[in-house]
Amino acid sequence: MKINWFKYSSPQTFYPLAGKMIPWFALLAAGFMVAGLYISFAIAPTDFQQGEAYRIIFVHVPAAWMSMVIYVVMAAWAGLGLALNARLSAMMAQALAPTGAIFTLLALVTGSLWGKPMWGAWWVWDARLTSELILLFLYLGFMALQSSIDDPRRADRAGALLALVGVVNVPIIYFSVKWWNTLHQGSSINMGAAPKMAATMLLGMLLMALAFWMYTIAVALMRVRCIMLERERTADWVKELSVKEPSGVR
Amino acid sequence: MQWASWSAFFNMGGYAFYVWFSFGLTLLCMAWEVLALRKRSTQALRLSRLLAQE
Repeated sequence: MKINWFKYSSPQTFYPLAGKMIPWFALLAAGFMVAGLYISFAIAPTDFQQGEAYRIIFVHVPAAWMSMVIYVVMAAWAGLGLALNARLSAMMAQALAPTGAIFTLLALVTGSLWGKPMWGAWWVWDARLTSELILLFLYLGFMALQSSIDDPRRADRAGALLALVGVVNVPIIYFSVKWWNTLHQGSSINMGAAPKMAATMLLGMLLMALAFWMYTIAVALMRVRCIMLERERTADWVKELSVKEPSGVR
Repeated sequence: MQWASWSAFFNMGGYAFYVWFSFGLTLLCMAWEVLALRKRSTQALRLSRLLAQE
């Protein structure tokens, strides 16, 4: 079957498609979340060094992964929007930013809640923590820049440039624990090396990461639908839709 | 099962505050984000409906 992808690049056709996809991703997110929480709390053993406090890993690491992944995906959409002058791509970038910022904040706060009992400090200016804080500022900067420019197409272009320049920070976060001596522990999972943690711990972490992935897709689709409605407020398809579907639920 | 009792589970080996704060905040943020987006969508549709009726 040949799919005409360009058909879906117009907000008018993508809006209902996104609406159909949201419940499925929400369902997957809930399923992975229940399984992930069960493994995290009922199955995964106590850590021999950190006791039960290590269980923070099951939200901290997936949140930190998502904070970086979302940034790269956001920058890719923004770059695509810039290169092809495609408004839907720019809207996707805009829809991802707040979710990325939330996961960055969660990674920082849960890290702090883990650092206090283990290191004795809520915060240290080490390379991993500092570069993750810069990531939060990049997200906030992107959102502030976009909302400060009235013309949405110009806002898209300015935001895209900021997003693309900021990508340089992502490998810095990822490799910070290798490049510098940090208080933060090394990577939980290394490519090309056998995992050092118990299999059930790893499974719990991966399930939670999958749940966060699915959640992110569902929420980003919800937000991109809002952005479409707001930006195309005067377009006929939005007016017709608003009369036809007044509750706006989903 | 890792836990001798429910109270042992809630106590989290003495780290209850740190563990439950982390998970609680994460779930709270997610719930808030979803509710906020639903509200935003309803408001956007309401405004468009007003525009359509003009």
